[in-house]
Amino acid sequence: MSQHAKKAETFIANEARTDWHDASLWMVREKRDRASKSITEWEALRQMGSDIKDHVLANLDTYLVQFEENALQNGVQVHWAADAAEHNAIVQSILDKHQARRVVKSKSMLTEECHLNQHLEKNNIEVIDTDLGERIIQLLDEPPSHIVMPAIHLKKQEIGDLFHEKLGTEAGASDPQYLTEAARQHLRQKFQACDAAITGVNFAVAETGGVVVCTNEGNADMGVHLAPVQIHCMGIEKIIPRWQDLGVFTRLLARSATGQPITVFTSHYHRPEPGKAMHIILVDNGRSKQLGREKFRNSLKCIRCGACMNTCPIYRRSGGHSYGYTVPGPIGSILTPGIDLKKYSDLPFASTLCGSCSDVCPVKINIHEQLYWWRQEIAKENALPAAKRWSMRLAGWTLAKPSRYDRMGKLARWALRILPRFITYNQMNTWGKGRELPEIPKQSFKEWYTKNKS
Amino acid sequence: MEIALFIPCYVDQFYPQVGIATLELLEKLGCRVTYPAAQTCCGQPMANSGCEQDAVQTYRHFVKTFEGFDYIVVPSGSCAYHVRHHYDVLEQTEPVQRVREKVLDLSAFLLNVLEISKLDSSFPHRVGLHQSCHGLRGLRLGTGSERNMEEESKLNQLLEMVEDIELIELQRADECCGFGGTFAVAEPAISVKMGKDRIADHTRAGAEVITAGDMSCLMHLEGILRRQKSAVKVMHIAEILNGNSI
Repeated sequence: MSQHAKKAETFIANEARTDWHDASLWMVREKRDRASKSITEWEALRQMGSDIKDHVLANLDTYLVQFEENALQNGVQVHWAADAAEHNAIVQSILDKHQARRVVKSKSMLTEECHLNQHLEKNNIEVIDTDLGERIIQLLDEPPSHIVMPAIHLKKQEIGDLFHEKLGTEAGASDPQYLTEAARQHLRQKFQACDAAITGVNFAVAETGGVVVCTNEGNADMGVHLAPVQIHCMGIEKIIPRWQDLGVFTRLLARSATGQPITVFTSHYHRPEPGKAMHIILVDNGRSKQLGREKFRNSLKCIRCGACMNTCPIYRRSGGHSYGYTVPGPIGSILTPGIDLKKYSDLPFASTLCGSCSDVCPVKINIHEQLYWWRQEIAKENALPAAKRWSMRLAGWTLAKPSRYDRMGKLARWALRILPRFITYNQMNTWGKGRELPEIPKQSFKEWYTKNKS
Repeated sequence: MEIALFIPCYVDQFYPQVGIATLELLEKLGCRVTYPAAQTCCGQPMANSGCEQDAVQTYRHFVKTFEGFDYIVVPSGSCAYHVRHHYDVLEQTEPVQRVREKVLDLSAFLLNVLEISKLDSSFPHRVGLHQSCHGLRGLRLGTGSERNMEEESKLNQLLEMVEDIELIELQRADECCGFGGTFAVAEPAISVKMGKDRIADHTRAGAEVITAGDMSCLMHLEGILRRQKSAVKVMHIAEILNGNSI
């Protein structure tokens, strides 16, 4: 059984919790439906978002250089990182230069992807995630299970227990208001004591050289305004050409992510405050390689809204941790094989190809088609389980010739009819674990037709 | 008009009554239908497992079997979707292009080609319609709940032509049933859980029968229903449109 299938089976073993997880995320999907249907131009907006992103990907080199030029003119220090290690080293060197030892971070999936926290902690730098969900999983020492709602897999009682242990809240308290207030007070101290602030980036505008960060908690602003040095870490695909394009994406992002018309805070950072420093790190970490893969290129259009996770019937019933990567769910399953095809070879198969992901995607990434195409790549690279490989070879041989197909069909039906249940429902029959096989007819349609019609 | 009937492999082997209902329905509507006996499968089982190269011979056989017809009608959105969308790996000769274009799911054929507006059938039962994904999102036989546009579901339109039928309303109108081809056996835990959840939605609304445009979804749901010893039945939409009884 694949890694994903095993983890999913463990997750589902607790059916009540699976139902709760599924219902929580379905509620977000329904909010998204209402928000997207409240504006008549929704489908046109998706097309526009998709077109802009396609254009950016086709001209990424030009826009990156333009962005850098404008950022430099604004007095921002710009760094380029080829991979995660280089990114982490750059962050480290900036912090060292400013003798920063206490860092506050607002949510950034890129720094999760680069495992920045672990790197900094190893070098005795305190790094505090200030997004509430991120802080919860940081205290638990767990990876996020969702890119927008990183602690969506946890119940409020569990968060109450965690806060009791780590933040000294009352034992057994699970009132969200109370717990949030405790987190707020705890984070306030961290903000006030910080030496540096790190944020992710939702959009970087080539025309202005500025970056835009969308949050609901205002934590990016808190950090940036209090710290003497601000660092913005972004994947190179976050570029949009013009200031006026931004509105297309802020409208798409919040509606798709949480069903809000817009995030509570849309923070624009263009230049350092007097006497302070501002850095932007542009990170590749495999993105250029993905850009070079024609069929998979447009996965880089992703604006990280998480809508494909919320709609995915598999994600909702297996949880984000079943995917084993920072970005889980459908979009993660088309990004990961490009990073390590063998390691993540099970993920494109963790889907029924139902296509709901592609239809909720605000920038129209054809996720389900790419899942199908990655499956072909994985088979070509001999990364399929042997049993699947050989059974498909046999199926292909059988179905290519009517005489073979007719004979095999008849034989299979005969065997299924006469064999005792303990043989047909053996351990190998994973269909039969939770389902009955069809009642086997004596006659196929073809046999019926030959006898009665021809 | 030369119409060929394509009966998907698993329907041929396990659900001959669905093939018979499709044929009877088309003949009742005045079509002269040929069933080419050399047919096997569209090749989707291999291709969806990543083994497109093992499917190519089956694709070629499919094209050879069906190339001479004006329409190829199949009671499956999934198989029609596969031929139309994934036969792009073949060299696009004239017969390949023609077959891809002329393969139609039964509901699309009835509404777009025959343009029927009434049916002579009655089905006095509470029916839940499962929107099979490849038909809904692949062939756009209706508008998925994700999209902000109005386009009536072809399957709904057809069922509304059946007298005395009572269509129930689901809480989740078009969530996947969890079959997914080899997904059903590769990820059995999730597959079965998804099926159970779909069934619960239908039974909550009081469905006596669950119907769909794809028998594969129904084979999966039926397997769970029978394991649960439920009284709820599954029937392919062709059986209901043809006026079959439960």
